[in-house]
Amino acid sequence: MTDKTPKLEDIAAAERLGGDRYFAIAIVVLSGGLLALIGDQTQWKAGSALLKQPSFWPGISLAGMTLCAVLYFLQSLRAERYATWDRREAVIWLRCLEFPIWFMAYVFVVPLVGYLPTTVIFCPLLARRMGYKSPRVLLSAALMGAVIVILFKGFLQVRVPGGALYEYLPAALRNFMILYL
Amino acid sequence: MDIVLDGFAILARWDVVAALLIGSIGGVIIGAIPGVGAAVAIAILLPATFSFDPIVGLTILLGIYGSSMYGGAIPAVLINTPGTAVNALTTYDGYPMTQRGEGRRALSLAYSASFFGGIFSVICLIVLSPLLASIAPHFGSREIFLAALLGLVLAVIVHRGQSVIAAFLVFFGIFINTIGLHTATLTRRFTFDLNFLASGINLIVVVLGLFALSQAFVLLVGRDESPETKPVSGGLFQGLGEVFKYPGTATASSGFGVIMGMIPGVGEFMAQFLSYTFAQRRSKTPEEFGKGAPEGLIASEASNNAVPGAAMIPLLALGVPGEALTAMMLTVFYVHNVVPGPQLFQNQLDFVMALYLALLILNVMVLVFLLFSTNMLLQVIRIPTRFLGVMILTLAFVGVYSLRNSAWDCIIAAVFGFIGFVLKRLRLPIVPIILGMVLGQIMEVKLRASMARVKTPLDFIDRPIAFILFCAIVIIIVMHVRTLIKNRKAESAKHA
Repeated sequence: MTDKTPKLEDIAAAERLGGDRYFAIAIVVLSGGLLALIGDQTQWKAGSALLKQPSFWPGISLAGMTLCAVLYFLQSLRAERYATWDRREAVIWLRCLEFPIWFMAYVFVVPLVGYLPTTVIFCPLLARRMGYKSPRVLLSAALMGAVIVILFKGFLQVRVPGGALYEYLPAALRNFMILYL
Repeated sequence: MDIVLDGFAILARWDVVAALLIGSIGGVIIGAIPGVGAAVAIAILLPATFSFDPIVGLTILLGIYGSSMYGGAIPAVLINTPGTAVNALTTYDGYPMTQRGEGRRALSLAYSASFFGGIFSVICLIVLSPLLASIAPHFGSREIFLAALLGLVLAVIVHRGQSVIAAFLVFFGIFINTIGLHTATLTRRFTFDLNFLASGINLIVVVLGLFALSQAFVLLVGRDESPETKPVSGGLFQGLGEVFKYPGTATASSGFGVIMGMIPGVGEFMAQFLSYTFAQRRSKTPEEFGKGAPEGLIASEASNNAVPGAAMIPLLALGVPGEALTAMMLTVFYVHNVVPGPQLFQNQLDFVMALYLALLILNVMVLVFLLFSTNMLLQVIRIPTRFLGVMILTLAFVGVYSLRNSAWDCIIAAVFGFIGFVLKRLRLPIVPIILGMVLGQIMEVKLRASMARVKTPLDFIDRPIAFILFCAIVIIIVMHVRTLIKNRKAESAKHA
């Protein structure tokens, strides 16, 4: 949260920031690679009009992506400010990859352990990883997890299956846990 | 008048009233927390609303959309941090007023200007409805295709200085939408022989990844911050009437909000930017702008609050969402087999009217709520950012996983979360991806449908509305290219 008042230019226009060139290269490679695969990944229906071909819209979009990616890369090369090979930014991107892993771990554990227990453990664990040490904050995180589960699964009845561990609970409690927690 | 009464009848249900209350108050709270915003909240809640009646689900989402900007003004005015991105210009004059010891006056002005903008847009909608109902049936496949194309062109052009990357992201969105089984020919496109890709990439999964997960990653990676806030002393009632001392600014800014909101692909930023610039130009004290000018604050808040109502016009009348939040709402319509577009205006005008009235009521509810709860909301602003990240990550799981209980959806959302994170770090726009996906699908379907009646390319624009839309697209592109060339020449001259 910055204490600097934003400028109109910050909202209306853009500047090139560190790491921009990594991004530019990545989108050129992605677009070019996908465009090269168009013959393999889509079909050409003989006798059908161009606009009705299954490959028409992928072709248009990938050609557009590739053209824009190349232009963006060229702009990035010409940019005067910041668009250097900023390794610090690349490191931040790599550091971020930890959190999709946390997320996926949560996704895979929920069907095994159950939504409520996993969430009540996951929230304080991640909070601890983020540097919170006070028992009050960790307890708040666990409570927040419980509230989220009760609100969404208990009240709003969103479709999150019961955990495999619930099978070992007594019948009445098991049904309740599967339905509401 | 009958239609208005019919609209009230649709709203007169306990579950709709509860949805209005939850949506509007929830929206204010969410808007007041810097780093969350309406898009994240709507993305997370979207799957949960699928089990409700369309009017209930849409009212909750509309409540969040319409009220988040009210809440976003609080941290913008008091701690110089916009609660939502579109409150950025509010910091310009709101915070200097707080520094002068006029925080209470600034908040009252922000609330009353927001209320003015919100009500102004709803009145415009109600007045315009009969006109829209008569024009909408003239939109056939060709016209809707061209309106969607116009939306994409505008989505690119409004990103000044970022047009190239915005165009790339629009094309990327169109490409994502083509992945999966092509229903017309039953052939696979870019599925890489993976079965989970045959059904395509779900819009909600992408939305949750790009908005919710990416925001969680940004907060978790960033420094932990917990802003200090001082309570506002005294009541907020007395400043409410001050907005009427600047009727020209309030009306013009709300007008900008309505017009910009109606045009697909433009939205709050442009409305705010134009109204602020306009208010500054016509002010007797333009030098005060940015230093705590009440007119600046009114321009910012009235314009951004006039947008949500107006943004419903292209969505409801044509089925063409103009920005990300209405694109998300479109999925609620589809889930319930309510197809927005000309038919909706012809056959279910009472439903449309109910949505307008819901917007009207929620503006009143929010104003009343804020007058009594501002100091309480200051506690919410103080939630540490990394803790918020943990909360959003946990909530994002509900949104993605509850859709189809698919781990693949979660993997795709995580990938898009990372893409969104990188885009946010580079301060590049995210919305063009969503617009590309939604409008790309509309364009593909409508182009195929219109080909049956088109023999030559000229047949495509041989109807008045199609011709006007085509001309608008050409003129906008030509003007944009001219501006680019002019800027390039000016830049070269500066360097020479």
